Amino acid sequence: MNAITLHRRALLRAGGAVVVAFGLGLRPRGAAAWTEKPVATDQVAAFLAIGADGEVTVYVGKVDLGTGVRTGFMQIVAEELDVPLARIRVIEGDTALTPDQGPTYGSLSIQNGGVQLRAAAATARRALLRLAAERLGADAAALRVEEGVVIAPDGRRASYADLVGGRALDLAVDANAPIKPPEARRVVGRAVPRVDIPDKVFGRFAYVHDLRLPGMLHGRPVRPPALGATAEAVEPDSVRHIPGVRQVVHRGGFVGVVAETEWAAIRAARELRVRWSDWAGLPDQAKLWEHVRATPVAQVQVTSERGDAAAAIGGAPRRLAASYDFPIHTHGSMGPSCAVAAFEGGRLTVWSASQATHNLRKQLALMLGMPAEAIRCIYMEGAGCYGRNGHEDAAADAALLAREAGRPVRVQWMRADEHGWDPKGPPHLVDLRAGLDARGDILGWESEAFIPKGAGGNVDLVAAELAGLPREGQIHPGNIIHNLALPYAVPAVKTTCHRLESTPFRPSWIRTPGRMQNTYANEAFLDECAAEAGADPVEYRLRLLPRDDPRRREVLERAARLAGWETRPSPRPDREGEVLRGRGVSYCKYELVRTYVAGVAEVEVNRRTGAFRVTRFFCAHDCGQIVNPDGVKAQVEGNIIHTLSRTLHEELSFDRRAVTSLDWASYRSISFAEVPEIVIELIDRPTERPWGAGEPAAAIVPSAVSNAIFDATGVRLRSVPFTAARLRAALQGA
Amino acid sequence: MSQTLALTVNGQAVRLTVDDPDMPLLYALRNDLGLIGPHYGCGLAQCGACTVHLDGAAARSCVLPVREAAGRHVTTLEGLGTPERPHPVQAAFIAEQAVQCGYCTNGMIMQAAALLARTPQPTEAQVKEELAGNICRCGTQPRVVAAVLRAARGG
Ligand code: FES
Ligand code: FES
Repeated sequence: MNAITLHRRALLRAGGAVVVAFGLGLRPRGAAAWTEKPVATDQVAAFLAIGADGEVTVYVGKVDLGTGVRTGFMQIVAEELDVPLARIRVIEGDTALTPDQGPTYGSLSIQNGGVQLRAAAATARRALLRLAAERLGADAAALRVEEGVVIAPDGRRASYADLVGGRALDLAVDANAPIKPPEARRVVGRAVPRVDIPDKVFGRFAYVHDLRLPGMLHGRPVRPPALGATAEAVEPDSVRHIPGVRQVVHRGGFVGVVAETEWAAIRAARELRVRWSDWAGLPDQAKLWEHVRATPVAQVQVTSERGDAAAAIGGAPRRLAASYDFPIHTHGSMGPSCAVAAFEGGRLTVWSASQATHNLRKQLALMLGMPAEAIRCIYMEGAGCYGRNGHEDAAADAALLAREAGRPVRVQWMRADEHGWDPKGPPHLVDLRAGLDARGDILGWESEAFIPKGAGGNVDLVAAELAGLPREGQIHPGNIIHNLALPYAVPAVKTTCHRLESTPFRPSWIRTPGRMQNTYANEAFLDECAAEAGADPVEYRLRLLPRDDPRRREVLERAARLAGWETRPSPRPDREGEVLRGRGVSYCKYELVRTYVAGVAEVEVNRRTGAFRVTRFFCAHDCGQIVNPDGVKAQVEGNIIHTLSRTLHEELSFDRRAVTSLDWASYRSISFAEVPEIVIELIDRPTERPWGAGEPAAAIVPSAVSNAIFDATGVRLRSVPFTAARLRAALQGA
Repeated sequence: MSQTLALTVNGQAVRLTVDDPDMPLLYALRNDLGLIGPHYGCGLAQCGACTVHLDGAAARSCVLPVREAAGRHVTTLEGLGTPERPHPVQAAFIAEQAVQCGYCTNGMIMQAAALLARTPQPTEAQVKEELAGNICRCGTQPRVVAAVLRAARGG
């Protein structure tokens, strides 16, 4: 037995005696436990186990990234199996134990992962009832279940533990196994408190950052001062004076230090003398959009086309054109990325907050030249990531350093590593043109987005790139073409994505990738059309919404009602005085096939300084069936605040060599005083299928704000971030 | 050149042997004392994730040299309250479900508890002002404010 327990250091002494060994409240599953268990997504046992004590273990490939979805999974299982939440535990993202349900992205955890889990639980329930019927000599239809105990009409009972406890549920998942009807649900649809919150509030929750293995060393990468530089010479002697430094690792552009203590590793990483080659391959930030326009196009994708949009616009009596841009962003996770790697007997175990442990395993195998079967990746929660941040890269750093050091290594990035080296949300540029008739109705609409090629997939590991080790060598910014096509009925339309060969920084997805930027361009430009038409922005949208889907209209109408929307065109006529107020609406049907969201932003603008505040944000949200209303509400709040931060402040700064916005002063995040009052109306549809909530509400934020500023001032902002300086300049130019 | 420092952590006298007395207190708490409430977020006093109480006042442990904690009282999230005896701010964070990933939560709670110790009945504006140096990327701010005001009301 080789169980790995958390290391409790006994340096805490009083009068020479060890007085306290603070328990960390967590015993991680260890490298030794490479249990063989079914993980195929068509097997019930891949998702569920019922122990001899009746405890239910849920195995999910989707992970809780701090969103609370773990509690949602527990609710789904508690509902279908009729077991108390307290008797359910969840294992997430462990390549040895959980099914591969794909990365945790795209707001699919409940929509896909939860629905798979629900089918497995419903299949299990049906089988358990059949077994109980035999055992109790009763008709299965007459049985009921209470707290994991099947009860016959005559009162005789058989618990799940009696029926199958400790044995694998050897069953194929039946996607059509009957699920609980809405009227019978007691746990799903309720605002169940999240199971992780008490531990997080009492300092007892162990994040991946808190994992300590026996004999573990601390590592830190030493990144080059220019993205493409290599280390020409490294001087280990420059850090020998630091007590506890064990090793300096150097391979191409990959440099790292390993030490007995975390502080020694940090000092060594700072003090290590390295001679770097020069590299200055980044574009001039001041000319970023020219660079984007000049980047070679790998592929042209027309994402929607009806009629002859160019001809319709050309022949229209009124024509509009505008360009919208959205800058490069960092994920900006609160906790810099972290991982622990341990080699043992030719096998590697990595603990990581990766949103895709199954894919990470393949990437590490490729980089290290090991069979994937010899690698196990285990998910442990990190700080919220909002997409593919640096977690996987920290895992690769830890694996490389652990291989060299011959002992387990924990790597936690420093703030500058995270801001400088997480993969970035790429620059996003959209040109739009529209032609209106004399009444102001849209005759034709054309848009062209300039965005990097690629879709979802693996983002290359920094360590592999710097060390020149094998990697896939493809870019994967996420499915950023979504929502360029309009959710409206326009007589002639053509939406085109110019998929660029390259983009300045290694790209990845950040919350609502592409959908948000495209919706921002569409919904702000549509507002320009409404203003040109002299129409109220809500009415203008309602006129364009197809009639065949009442849920679309409902979400928009409810958002307007929630906000006390005053029907009139924008901008508002009375734009006098120093402080101007306005409101803007936005609407999105996520990827045109799921979650509907509409919102209204209210702003207050100082006309002289350009300083403005978003005072209130209203949102109506229809994601179909709701598993946990408070959880959905928290996600909507998070979407609005996070995206407001991105809209108001965030923009990566860089010179020709590297990122220069390396802290929270140079890359600002929203402050408490800037967070608006948020009013949310959730539309629950218990008979519909559940859709995602982790991203859709973000899609409407930048456009709602641009539209509100226009309503208040008559000035249109088309470049994110909407800083006071930009607004002041626009107001002065108006 | 290692040095032994005496301080009080969560009410207990401790002696801490460190290689470098300039090491920030955060690393002593997390690695030597196994206290995982305080988190490393920036190491620059910009985000609040590492906040502890030093003699009752909120302090950023990521920039506080451990030698400056010698002879003083340090309280971490673990020492603020327990599930059995929660601090009112901790109870209110649970009641308001004011946590998403929770990485910032330590700082939010420690900063808010320090405010309530000085100003038991803060206004909403005072709460926001107190938390001006605490970042949350997940967007828990409205719930955090609601939780602090709830704690001030007595639950
Ligand atoms: S970690 Fe100390 S303020 Fe950010
Ligand atoms: S809850 Fe994630 S950073 Fe605040």
